[in-house]
Amino acid sequence: MKEFKYVMTDPQGMHARPAGLFVKEAAACKCNVTISKDGKEVDAKRILGVMGLGIKQGQEIVIKTDGEDEEQASEKLNTFLKENL
Amino acid sequence: MEAVRGKSVYGGIAIGRVWVFDKGDSTVKRIHIEDTSAEIKRFENAKENAKEQLGALYEKALKEVGEVNAQIFEVHQMMLDDLDYVESIIHMIENQNVNAEYAVAVTGDNFSEMFAAMEDDYMKARAADVKDISNRLVSVLQGDEQGGISGDEPVIIVADDLAPSETVQLDKNKVLAFVTKHGSTNSHTAILARTMNIPALIGVDYPEDIDGKQMVVDGYNGSVYIEPDDATLKKFEDIRNEDRNKQKLLQELKGKDDITKSGRKIKLYANIGTVTDVASVLQNDAAGIGLFRSEFLYLGREDYPSEEEQFQAYKTVAENMAGKKVIIRTLDIGADKKADYFNLEKEENPAMGYRAIRICLTRHDIFKTQLRAIYRAARYGNISIMYPMIISVDEVRQIKKIVKEVKAELDSKQIPYGEVEQGIMIETPAAVMISDLLAKEVEFFSIGTNDLTQYTLAIDRQNPQLDNIYDSHHDAILRMIQMTVDNAHKENCWVGICGELGADTTLTDTFVKMGIDELSVTPSAVLKVREKIRACD
Repeated sequence: MKEFKYVMTDPQGMHARPAGLFVKEAAACKCNVTISKDGKEVDAKRILGVMGLGIKQGQEIVIKTDGEDEEQASEKLNTFLKENL
Repeated sequence: MEAVRGKSVYGGIAIGRVWVFDKGDSTVKRIHIEDTSAEIKRFENAKENAKEQLGALYEKALKEVGEVNAQIFEVHQMMLDDLDYVESIIHMIENQNVNAEYAVAVTGDNFSEMFAAMEDDYMKARAADVKDISNRLVSVLQGDEQGGISGDEPVIIVADDLAPSETVQLDKNKVLAFVTKHGSTNSHTAILARTMNIPALIGVDYPEDIDGKQMVVDGYNGSVYIEPDDATLKKFEDIRNEDRNKQKLLQELKGKDDITKSGRKIKLYANIGTVTDVASVLQNDAAGIGLFRSEFLYLGREDYPSEEEQFQAYKTVAENMAGKKVIIRTLDIGADKKADYFNLEKEENPAMGYRAIRICLTRHDIFKTQLRAIYRAARYGNISIMYPMIISVDEVRQIKKIVKEVKAELDSKQIPYGEVEQGIMIETPAAVMISDLLAKEVEFFSIGTNDLTQYTLAIDRQNPQLDNIYDSHHDAILRMIQMTVDNAHKENCWVGICGELGADTTLTDTFVKMGIDELSVTPSAVLKVREKIRACD
C-alpha cells in the first residue's frame, strides 16, 4: 500500500467538475483508491462520496492506493492534484 | 387580472400562454413490487437512457453555451454511475420491495440532504445536482419527456430560475418571453433573451397555478399581467403592433447612411464572435466590424490554434466584408474565459488578474502567431487590430516592438502581408487617465464600457447582489468617455465604443454630442442605433 498527503490549493476546493475529473482518474486505476479527510475515508472511485467530503482550500487529504498498480496510480494521482487542484 | 412586478433584463412585449418550466417534481408513489429483479432491470435501463439524454445535452450545450457550461452534464453522468447511489437504489428495491421511482426519489433526497447540510455554499448547491439526476431518472421511469414544450403554439416560459442545462433543451422557436423568480441581469437567461430579441423579466414573484393561463409580459416596465382584462390586453397588443411596425421601419433603414441631421457621419459597426456571425453583420447592414473577438478561435479546444487556422478565419471575415473595416481584437483570454491548455494558474480575482495583453506580453510565441496570421490576412481586406486591457504607454511600446519583429520575420521569409491600422481598447480607468499619452501612440481607441464600468465602479459584473447599483449611466463613466474623446481628438486619434453601452439608444444622442466617431454594437441593434443617429442634430 502507498499513501501520500496533499493540501488543496484551489480556492473553490474540490468542486463538482474537478471532483469528476479526479474520480475519472481514480476509476482508471486497477488498484483500490481511497481518499480521506480528517479521518473520514471514502472510495475515490465514487463521485458523491468524494464530493461529500467537502474538501476546501488549505485542507489536507490523504490518498491511499492498494493493489497491483499502486505505485503508478499514486504518482499519477499526485500529478493530477498538483496540476488541477 | 393580476399584475406582478419584476425587473426587466430585456425589453419588448409578449402576449401568450404561460408554460411553467417544471423541474420534474412530479409526485412519486410508493408501490409494492413482487418481481424485484425485473424492477432492477427497469431501473438499469432508465439509467442508461438518462445517461444518453445527458450525453445529447452535453453535445447540444457544447455548441450553444460552450465547454465550461457543458461539463456539468458529464459530472451528472458520473453521478448516475456512482456506486453509492446505484447500490442504495438497488438495495431499496430488493429489501423493501418498492418501485424504482420511489427508490430513486428517496435515495436522491438522502444524498441531496447530505449536501444541503454541508457548510460550504458551493457544496450546498450540489444538492440540486443530485436532485436533478434523480428527477431525470424518475421522468424516464414514468415515461415523460423532460423540457419539451408540448404543442405548436409559442409560449411564455415561467420558472423559478433557469440554468443553462434547462434553457438549452428549449425549442427556441416556441419561446415568446422568459419570466423567472430568481436570476440576475447577467444570468444565462438574460443573455439568451438579448440574443433572441425577446423580453425577459427576473425577480417576478408569480403566484402558483398559472400554468396555461394567458399572460402579458411588459419588458419595458418590468411587469407581467396574468389573465389580463380586455383593456389591458388591447393596450399591450397596440404596443406590440407598434413594435412590429417599428421593426418593419427599421428594415427600411437598410442601405441608409449613418449620418446626423447636421451631416456628421458616424461609423456604425457590429461586434462579432465567430466567422459565421458575419452573415448577420451583412444582413443588418453594418458598415464594418468594430469588434471581432478572436477568443473564439482559442476556446473549446485542446490546443492552440495554428497560424494557418487563424489566418483562414481572419481572411474569410475580411473577404466577406469586402473592403469594409474589420477590427480584430487580439486574444482576450483569462478572467471568465478560460482554456485548459493555457495552463493558467487559478486566481483569487481573475478579472484583475493575468489576462488579455498581460498574457500576450509574457508569452510572445502565442502573441506572435496571432499577429502573423492577422498581418497575412490583411492583404485580403481592410483589417485593423486592437489590443485589450492596456494600462500603460510602456505596454503599447512593447507591442509595437513585437509587431516590428513580426513584420521583419515575414519580410525575411518573403511572406506577403498587408498594412494594419493600430488601436487599443480603453477599458481600464488607468487608460482613461493617460489617454492623452496613449493617443500619441496609436491611430484609434475603442472604449470597452463593460469592463470600464466594472473597474471604475468597483463592481463585479458577475455578482447578482450588486445588479441594483451597477449603473452604466453613472456620471463617472460618462465623464471618462468624454475625457477619452477629448484627449484622442487632440492627437487625431479616432474613438469608438464597442461595449454594451454603444447599443443603448438612450445615450446615442449624448455620444454624438461628446464627439464619438464610431459605435460598434451587436448586429441585431445596428438598425435601431442607425435610426437614432439619423434623428440626432
